[in-house]
Amino acid sequence: MKNISLLLSLLLLCACSAPTPWVKPYERARLADPIMSFSRDPVSSAYTNHVYQAREGARGAENGQGGGCGCN
Amino acid sequence: MKRYMRAFLLLPVGALFCHSLLAAVLPEDRADALYHSYNGGGVQVTGPSILVRKSIGENISASANYYVDAISSASIDVVTTASAYSEQRTETSVGVDYLHADTIMGLSYTRSSENDYEAKTTSFNLSQELFGNMMTISMGYAQGNDVVGKRGDPRFSEDVKRQQYRVGLSQILTKNMLLDLGFETVTDEGFLNNPYRSVRYLDASSGKGYSYEPEKYPRTRTSNAAAVRLLYHLPIRASIHGEYRLFDDSWGILANHFQLGYTHAYRSNWIFDLKYRIYTQTKADFYSDLFPYSQSQNFYGRDKEISTFTSQTIGIGVSYAFLHNWRAIERASLSFKYDYILFDYQDFRDLRDSSAPAGSEPLYTFSANVLQLYFSLWY
Repeated sequence: MKNISLLLSLLLLCACSAPTPWVKPYERARLADPIMSFSRDPVSSAYTNHVYQAREGARGAENGQGGGCGCN
Repeated sequence: MKRYMRAFLLLPVGALFCHSLLAAVLPEDRADALYHSYNGGGVQVTGPSILVRKSIGENISASANYYVDAISSASIDVVTTASAYSEQRTETSVGVDYLHADTIMGLSYTRSSENDYEAKTTSFNLSQELFGNMMTISMGYAQGNDVVGKRGDPRFSEDVKRQQYRVGLSQILTKNMLLDLGFETVTDEGFLNNPYRSVRYLDASSGKGYSYEPEKYPRTRTSNAAAVRLLYHLPIRASIHGEYRLFDDSWGILANHFQLGYTHAYRSNWIFDLKYRIYTQTKADFYSDLFPYSQSQNFYGRDKEISTFTSQTIGIGVSYAFLHNWRAIERASLSFKYDYILFDYQDFRDLRDSSAPAGSEPLYTFSANVLQLYFSLWY
């Protein structure tokens, strides 16, 4: 019982600390490549979102942010 | 050996961008000039978009965008109930982002003008990097105020108020994989239908078997959208991405789309893109292609954008980079994208076929060609 309490206390303490980055900064070269961008060219992403917004009922949570539009 | 040489040559590219993953940074200084063209379903929309972003000192980045839609429309709605028209929409926006430690705060203002529609939107965004810059959380709020007009009726003026609430999370999962989650709620209040569009209803006294009356929408709409995106770097210098979005709203529309894409870098200058997207939605509760009689319910609409349909997109793109570190220019690129979109409606009929009895016309379908050509400059 004492061991379980100790284990639980340790787990709680672990939960309080910030997680250690498991991908080190020097391991992020591939992630920094332009081909690893969700929105590589904002001007193009905004236009593509606008094409769909104007013709579909769905909207929101797009990749990249479009501006307000008078789509009606 | 060749593979290792390539990896070695790419190291400086990684080092160039690597700092962006070690701390919050402002967006890159760049300028883009884009020409766009949409052609499908009797509608042609072309125009430029100019986007310029420049940092001011270490902590501020300002951006400005000028965008034009020059529209020439002879769409199925226009052909069957009105006459073809041309108009232009001009959108201008300015924004500023402020970086403090791992926090970026952004404020932007957008104005869109047409001869019968004015829209002004103010937007605030906040993002914070956490846990050794492996996670970025973001949130945003936007408020829009629109004024709807009507050509030929100077006294017609209606308001729309829009509010958007966004939250997002980006996470480094592994040294090869990124995750992005987004959720957005949008509320609209005011005049939400199109002042020109009509619905049709059965009318035995009409020669065609039906007549038209103006559509009538609810004055409020609330929608929710949730999206998940994954991006994975392959062992070669290429990446694949997947995206899924689920949407629903208070009008009864339920939609989802799925997208798969592949990006391939060739040498240090070329990037090729390939994507496939499929989108489906159910109709709004008050939508019908043919109502049983005039004013048969409280609200009625016959806009194909709120009908049941599926669309599929196949897209390709190519980008060529040049002018590396030439004078004040970091690099430049020329890009071309082409999307082919096929729309397939399940309860919206093609009324150009007048030989069929009312309600038995063929279902409407059309395809669109979307082109983008743009020049980008980093400095």
